[in-house]
Amino acid sequence: MSVANHDALPADRFDVAAVRAQFPVLADDGPGRTLTYLDSAATAQKPQAVIDALEDFYTREYASVHRGVYALSVRSTQRFEAVREKVCRLLHTSDPREVVFTRGTTEAINLVATSWGGQNVSAGDEIVVTQLEHHSNIVPWQLLCERTGARLRVAPIGLDGCVEVDAFEALLGPRTKLVALAHVSNALGTRLPVAALCQLARSRGITSLVDGAQAVPHGSVDVLAIGCDFYAFSAHKVFGPTGTGVLWGRRDLLDAMPPYQGGGSMIRSVSFEGTTYADAPQRFEAGTPDVAGVIGMGAALDWLEEIDREAAAAFECELLRYASEALEAIPGLHIFGSDPEKVGVLSFSLDCAHPHDIATILDREGVAIRAGHHCAQPLMKFYGVPAMARASLALYSDRSDIDALVSALETTREIFS
Amino acid sequence: MDDLRDLYQSTILDHNKSPRNFGVPADSNRDAEGYNPLCGDELHVYLRVDAAGRIDDIGFEGSGCAISRASASLMTEYVKNQSREEVDRVFDAFHDLVTKAPKEGATPESLGKLAVFSGVREFPMRVKCATLAWHTLRAALDQTDQTAVTE
Repeated sequence: MSVANHDALPADRFDVAAVRAQFPVLADDGPGRTLTYLDSAATAQKPQAVIDALEDFYTREYASVHRGVYALSVRSTQRFEAVREKVCRLLHTSDPREVVFTRGTTEAINLVATSWGGQNVSAGDEIVVTQLEHHSNIVPWQLLCERTGARLRVAPIGLDGCVEVDAFEALLGPRTKLVALAHVSNALGTRLPVAALCQLARSRGITSLVDGAQAVPHGSVDVLAIGCDFYAFSAHKVFGPTGTGVLWGRRDLLDAMPPYQGGGSMIRSVSFEGTTYADAPQRFEAGTPDVAGVIGMGAALDWLEEIDREAAAAFECELLRYASEALEAIPGLHIFGSDPEKVGVLSFSLDCAHPHDIATILDREGVAIRAGHHCAQPLMKFYGVPAMARASLALYSDRSDIDALVSALETTREIFS
Repeated sequence: MDDLRDLYQSTILDHNKSPRNFGVPADSNRDAEGYNPLCGDELHVYLRVDAAGRIDDIGFEGSGCAISRASASLMTEYVKNQSREEVDRVFDAFHDLVTKAPKEGATPESLGKLAVFSGVREFPMRVKCATLAWHTLRAALDQTDQTAVTE
């Protein structure tokens, strides 16, 4: 993420109303029926452009990819393959052969754990993650450790929700094979200094994977500047459809990795005497892919390219400040995580009400937030809470969302006082 | 707001704030842990069961939302001195109360104070919060070593 100083950026340049108008689910349906959607860290709503692209593709251009010689299949294949280039533009890189389509971030990480991990990790080796990881960046590594006898080590965070760089560095040793890091924490919004952390890894010959699921929706990402070896994200968090996502990997690494799943599409030739495999990325894309999902992801990335991301990030930063101040003014409310660089995620507790009670009451006021462990139980344990309430922002969030949240929290306090 | 007031009736709010029978009863001889994997509610129910199989004393510990805490608290008041058979009957009636619309003309099992949980059926995501204590109670009576879950 290149944006460091939000104050210097022109938040006014960002027309949130125009962006919001492109999301049909957020349309004002009259009193009491308007949705205040503050769960974008779980999944983002879809702009009309993405919905239209899916309908249009199924209506006019749908066919299997990489198979048919007929015109429809050729067109479908071309459109499908073109999305790899859009992903390259998103990640500021250039080689579409480094873009593997997956079901999402989770599958991308599992792919690396299984394929790269199976080849490169053995008993006694170590994998380093941080305390704030999502379960999808913990459990695949635990499974790898169980299979190989390797050991998972956990880099600590401070109460501010930030990774302690010195402690992280101290964990890197001769047996460390891989570091797996969130770019942005889904539960706290913390922006990890991934470039510095990956540099510490790379200078010791350690491979790095960055879970970018929460970062891609909030700003520009440059995988070469980060200096990671793998980067994963999901389309559905970046305004695209569910069921598809990306593993970006350095080409020399992908080329050396064994297949993940076997099946059609991933082979060069098959015989009972022996099968040879396709080159990356096809080697990792067994079976008919989610063709329409990938096309929808492409539409979402096209849509995103039209957005002034710098101005949007500045606007989000200002909105986050507005929201933080409004929430902190509520008696008994505590916000978790105080990274000054954090993105629009506000996890909080109220001393009078459990997060699930908060979420139920907010829902009745049309305010959708998440309550629970946020697939980050080790982080909940770190803060000593069973659950948190979380409001999270996206490009379409504005002050009316925050005002509705604050008003619904007042109702919660009324009921529980 | 009305259905919220139905859900969070004053009895529920009171038992959430000041749970009854919170803690471990003296000489408890059975216990079980309950866990709601969806929301992380954790509950530990302790019993002292007498020779005749009646619940002589009961207590609970744990953390959870207002519904799960109040449900545990009200349950401990309700089942004291009950037999296993009585508990089973109340369990079923309570489960119906929080999941099904009342049948017309039918006389539902009288649940006394437990009727305050009738509002839960309008909130399907919260049913498990209300029933966790009851699942845990049954696991304690069975004295299985397994954690009770609401799945």
